[in-house]
Amino acid sequence: MYSASDLRKGLKVIIDGEPYIVTAFEFSKPGKGQALYRTKLRNMITGLSIDRTYREGETFEPASLEERAMQFLYKESDHYHFMDNETYEQIIISGESLGDGKDFLIDNLNVKVLLFGERAIGVELPNFVNLRVITTEPWVRGDTSKADFKPATLETGYVLRVPPFIEEGELITIDTRTGEFSKRVKE
Amino acid sequence: MNFQRGSKSKLLAKNWPLARRKKALQERACILRGIRQFFVGKGYLEVETPHRIPTPAPESHIEAIASGSWFLHTSPELCMKRLMAAGYDRIFQISRCWREKERGKLHLPEFTLLEWYRAGSDYRSSMEECEELIRFVATGIGLESEVIFRGFKIDLSEPWERVSVHEAFHRHARTSVKEALDRNLFDEIMIRDIEPNLGVRRPTFLFDYPAQRGALARLKQKDRTVAERFELYIGGLELANGFSELVDSEEQRIRFGLENETRRLLGKSIYSMPEKFLTELDEMPPSAGTALGADRLAMVFSNADTIDDVVAFTPEEL
Repeated sequence: MYSASDLRKGLKVIIDGEPYIVTAFEFSKPGKGQALYRTKLRNMITGLSIDRTYREGETFEPASLEERAMQFLYKESDHYHFMDNETYEQIIISGESLGDGKDFLIDNLNVKVLLFGERAIGVELPNFVNLRVITTEPWVRGDTSKADFKPATLETGYVLRVPPFIEEGELITIDTRTGEFSKRVKE
Repeated sequence: MNFQRGSKSKLLAKNWPLARRKKALQERACILRGIRQFFVGKGYLEVETPHRIPTPAPESHIEAIASGSWFLHTSPELCMKRLMAAGYDRIFQISRCWREKERGKLHLPEFTLLEWYRAGSDYRSSMEECEELIRFVATGIGLESEVIFRGFKIDLSEPWERVSVHEAFHRHARTSVKEALDRNLFDEIMIRDIEPNLGVRRPTFLFDYPAQRGALARLKQKDRTVAERFELYIGGLELANGFSELVDSEEQRIRFGLENETRRLLGKSIYSMPEKFLTELDEMPPSAGTALGADRLAMVFSNADTIDDVVAFTPEEL
């Protein structure tokens, strides 16, 4: 059992018999009041999101999902194709079910596909993935007027904030749990 | 004040997120200096009280972290009031405090609290002093009368807004405080409907809380269901909490008992009565005290999204 204080982004729980993943989480505590855990949860079967606020002491059943090692092959419109590393069986997962995970899928990436019964309902990504920067503004040496961050677009179309010294064409490491820049990869 | 930006080599530091925070940490240091200067200038004595104490104040929703058979204090309130009772009539302290399981964009389990007490004062004059303090600190870091925080342009010049909890529930939630309490939704309504609307054009003081939301505050003489307590909000962020202090030990013991009863109902541990504090409380003169989150004030002045941006290390980074 999880309790409300275990809630965090990425946690998978059962609500009304169906698996949900926490996609946004905020801890709130008004002065002298009780701790409140505000969450956005995505139904891993239907892809629909709900907002729920939980109190301290509330408990959740963990969604125990079968995991299978697979490789991401390619994307075709909103269909993401994966292949089982052992049986070579291929499956398709919709972009809706993948949620934010699709921002980090590059060809041949090894992931764990999550199964609820027989159904593939999502993927578990490695904590860190390397992605190439496609577009970002150049860094002007010695320019101190710019902010600490600048936007950059990655090969998957994902846009994030990177330090000013990151240039176009560079490979960077992203923390898939937060979606944030982690480090520059030396090639 | 001129803040030096990190050099190129530092921007390439291995711990880049830490290197990036240099400007915010310089600003934070400047804010703490400003706070000290303000209180010393007004004749307050800076004190330090123990961080490790035998028992915390019993409050329904504040959890202390155990340290051996004692606890890390959740605020310096009990010790500072004992100083007041012993005749120290204007004191302030900037200290680290600990609260179990409080972690989020606005919370750290270890955080920095400014707390001050003044004899002969009440919560209304505390609000005025809060205004004076924050304006003084703002001037010290080179701000004019306006601060930009969370996308709001907030005017710090006088007068700041004052809204009672009763009025705020009526205005923003279209419900009464009584109904919210009866339906056990006071906190939910507060974070969802009320807090985001407070302090967005100028800072707002929310005042006169339900008695059960101020275990150490004096109740209003005319209405015993209301505690003389206020909270300060800037850009929807709760920054400070103050009240006219309860200085009647018998009533304090009853109020602590009620808090412990709530704790028991919630399945939480019961805290023992802070007996030395209760014994000395009757000697404390009528006073007002305020606690202000120093990290959060740093957030406002550096326009930070999260508390992580204004501290050197978060627990996850250790």
